[in-house]
Amino acid sequence: MAELVRWSWVEDNLDDIQEASIEHLQLVGTSLALAIAVSIPTAILVRRRRIPFIAVNTISGALYTIPSLAMFAFLLSFVGIGFEPAVIALAVYCLQLIIRNSVVGLEGVSGPVREAARGMGLTSRQTLTRVELPLALPAIFAGIRLAAVSTVGIATIAVYIGAGGLGVLIVNDGIQRGLFVTPIVVGAVIATVMAIVIDLALVGIERLLTPWQRARAAVG
Amino acid sequence: MGDIWDAFQENDGWGQTWVTIKLSITALGLATLAGLVLGVICAKVGRAAAFLVITVSNLGRTVPTFALIALILALTGLGFWPAALGLFLLGIPPILLNTFTGVKEVDPGAVEASRGMGFTPLQVLGRVELPMAMPLVFAGIRTSSVQIIATAALAGLVGAGGLGVIVSSGLSNNQDDVILAGAIPITILAALSELVFGGAERLATPRGLRISRRPITG
Repeated sequence: MAELVRWSWVEDNLDDIQEASIEHLQLVGTSLALAIAVSIPTAILVRRRRIPFIAVNTISGALYTIPSLAMFAFLLSFVGIGFEPAVIALAVYCLQLIIRNSVVGLEGVSGPVREAARGMGLTSRQTLTRVELPLALPAIFAGIRLAAVSTVGIATIAVYIGAGGLGVLIVNDGIQRGLFVTPIVVGAVIATVMAIVIDLALVGIERLLTPWQRARAAVG
Repeated sequence: MGDIWDAFQENDGWGQTWVTIKLSITALGLATLAGLVLGVICAKVGRAAAFLVITVSNLGRTVPTFALIALILALTGLGFWPAALGLFLLGIPPILLNTFTGVKEVDPGAVEASRGMGFTPLQVLGRVELPMAMPLVFAGIRTSSVQIIATAALAGLVGAGGLGVIVSSGLSNNQDDVILAGAIPITILAALSELVFGGAERLATPRGLRISRRPITG
């Protein structure tokens, strides 16, 4: 078997590798931010309305099953090439995960807790922002983490829609040069490490945002 | 729409659809077999196995499937069986994890009761644990099938045959009709498998469990 990584290629292409990684990170970050900005308000709107919830869940679920290559192909044909269509495609895949987890988290807040909030004189908006959303954070973060990890992977296909990223290494330098293995391995390794680091970073952010969970763990 | 249909026929659309279906069914069949057997073994062996299953599945999720399938094809060659091998490996984790969880979560009372009725361990597995795990197993097969079809399309992009080849040729010639002539059937196949296995998931739920579930779904 041929050598898995030709190090001379890596040394000669460090700049390209760095550029592809940064592009990839931008793609993932922007898509995730867009998906969160759409999903959490949607979850808040539909959580107690049966029919809208079913509608949102069905639509986001159907979008989720569209194979990634087909999704990029549709956006390429109907929207065009570039960074924005790629971000839309990637954000679409995150909707289902974040919306569903947010609804589960928000509706998982126990009745007595809501009663207590009302008893303290909180309006329903205050109950949402000060009680329900903070208590739903672990579930919401579970959805965001799943979405982030899968987005890092799917974003490798964004190269076909002209959005760059690690797919540049995998496709332009690897597949299209007679399946040259080195850039494919480099792209795969960087994407994997990126997924793990983003996942850990999200765990860290979640811990910062939910200090009471640590306190409880310390007491228990 | 007419142009897309023409592009589909000009690019051997039916032939490539058939290749994608054959590839996906082969991979899914083997992945189901492997996932079921490994899942049951892991559920029976103990905590270390549980840790291993969860770690491997989680790690598997962080490796981009596109890069992985490209790598497998680059190392083993461009053909039906290398592609099937790659799809098979990627298809195992959802089935393995769900079988494992399904068997682990069977009510210990039910297992005790069947033992008390004189069932051998094999009978407990075959008549109690596996039937009760079936809904989860089928949910795993459903996830896996959609994933395998999506990855089969990517394998075509790398050059392994199937509908992805049509998308690939459309991409390199800048022809939207050809791209869509590959992308639309891929989407239909994924939707069909979702429907078929979603239905199978419902049918596979033992009747007793279906009744007990009713209050939960409202």
